[in-house]
Amino acid sequence: MAKRIDISGLSAYYSSFRAIEDISMAIEPRSVTAFIGPSGCGKSTFLRTLNRMHEVTPGGRVEGKVMLGDENLYGAGVDPVAVRREVGMVFQRPNPFPTMSVYDNVAAGLRLNGSHKKSELDGIVEKSLKGANLWNEVKDRLNKPGSGLSGGQQQRLCIARAIAVEPNVLLMDEPCSALDPISTLAIEDLIGELKERFTIVIVTHNMQQAARVSDRTAFFNLSAVGQPGKLIEIDDTERIFSNPSVQATEDYISGRFG
Amino acid sequence: MSQSVNVKRPGDLQGATLPKWTPWAIAAGSIALGVGISAAAGLDSSVQWGLMAAIFFVLGSYGVAARVEGRRQAKDRVATSLVWVAFLLAVVPLVSLMWETVERGVKVLDGYFLSHSMGLVTDTEPGGGIYHAILGTLEQVGIATVISVPIGILTAVYLVEYGRGRLAQAVTFFVDVMTGIPSIVAGLFVLSFWILILDMGPSGFAGSMALTILMLPVVVRSTEEMLKLVPNELREASLALGVPKWRTIMKVVLPTSLGGITTGVMLSIARITGETAPVLLLVWGSSFINTDPFDGPQASLPMYIYLQYANSGGSGAAYDRAWAAALTLIAFVMILNLAARGVARWKAPKTGR
Repeated sequence: MAKRIDISGLSAYYSSFRAIEDISMAIEPRSVTAFIGPSGCGKSTFLRTLNRMHEVTPGGRVEGKVMLGDENLYGAGVDPVAVRREVGMVFQRPNPFPTMSVYDNVAAGLRLNGSHKKSELDGIVEKSLKGANLWNEVKDRLNKPGSGLSGGQQQRLCIARAIAVEPNVLLMDEPCSALDPISTLAIEDLIGELKERFTIVIVTHNMQQAARVSDRTAFFNLSAVGQPGKLIEIDDTERIFSNPSVQATEDYISGRFG
Repeated sequence: MSQSVNVKRPGDLQGATLPKWTPWAIAAGSIALGVGISAAAGLDSSVQWGLMAAIFFVLGSYGVAARVEGRRQAKDRVATSLVWVAFLLAVVPLVSLMWETVERGVKVLDGYFLSHSMGLVTDTEPGGGIYHAILGTLEQVGIATVISVPIGILTAVYLVEYGRGRLAQAVTFFVDVMTGIPSIVAGLFVLSFWILILDMGPSGFAGSMALTILMLPVVVRSTEEMLKLVPNELREASLALGVPKWRTIMKVVLPTSLGGITTGVMLSIARITGETAPVLLLVWGSSFINTDPFDGPQASLPMYIYLQYANSGGSGAAYDRAWAAALTLIAFVMILNLAARGVARWKAPKTGR
């Protein structure tokens, strides 16, 4: 299932403003890659280029190449909708569909993409909720509205919804920043389990979190406000946090940034 | 320390407060004063003593509160009493209108009145009913709704979800212009186009076209506002699942805002139900039951009210019928509004556990 992502010479723009510049990196399958860096350095923008969500923003466009396995996501004739089925995404704020029940939320990706048999859906919903460690908490209220769950449960519901469509890659944009430490721990444990099956990319502002969950860490920075963000370095998480090769990384990690 | 400085303040945070009944007492006092002055000066208009009482109430609240509680609290009370006075000024005409209509309307409003037409009754005779007018209103408003709701909602979806650049700006501009079209102008437009140029006769459908022109911008505007309220995160969540944009709009955006859209549509229906001018020009009115909206003159409730009043020749029976029809029209619009609220509550995003 999991696929390798190779990015080369990628720049992303909002209209004429260049948000990230010339990023090249490889993201290994069945591993967790964390993006860290100061606010506004383009981590989220870069993440959104990986499933073509960047171009949903008015004026958003991308230059460069993103290879998922052996296919270029930005190649001619590539359907962004098909890309997003391969590369799922979890957002910063939990965003379950307010009109749908817990069950319908998880089934949404499949149902909205075509008809599925009820028995088949039941199985997928249960499997996804179990995969998101949420099954035991919601199995008795699958038909209640998804927005009635707690924030941490909602976020795991969103993860269940994302993995229900069986993507190859799971992108997470600060998935724990709106959650309390216990829910955060639940999600971090979950990330550890999910990396057996998916390629996971996570943006986080929490350095400890990056150190705990990720195998590799990429540090982004920008030289000044209004300048495009750049990839400073990417390495094994252990090395980044113990002995980074760039001084700026060490400054940022040890809190001497700026 | 505080006690020696100011006896009214036992603690620094605790100030003197007026009892809860103070506003009522001031209100009663100012009404009594207003009535008393009017009686003494020989003014017999209730508007005059009402306005006087309102002014006394605002000034009295300020004076009493300033003396006991302090200046800030007094200003607060003045603001509160101004809001109350404004509220009463707005409600008084409404209540009096309702009262008048109900009082005069119930006289002839019964099952017979609702189920018979004016076919064999001349305007000055008692008897007859509004069945033909109810039927005409339902058909004309129904056709206008069937035409303008799909077009209006699709336009709003275009403006919010797809529209960028010149075309969207132009559409928004013309929708705004349409909102300001007087109903008589819409009627004249359809009259010159449909009846004078295409040489069609008067019909309920011609009236529906004019009503559509009036209803469309309201539907577009209200739907647009409702769609804008749908959080972008929901659209992105759906798109990120690999759902195409049109399906996202159909299955996520529209259901989320359905309650608000329904309310908007109901309000726009309520708005056109009371339109008289275009109906007068295009449907002409009729005393007989005409079930075919595409052929021949029809009646409608607002026009019925107008005609009963205008052609009555001073007959009390016609006046009574006009009032009863007005009551029916108000009740019809009120039921629509209540239904809209019901649907909005029923379809609102659920938050229960």
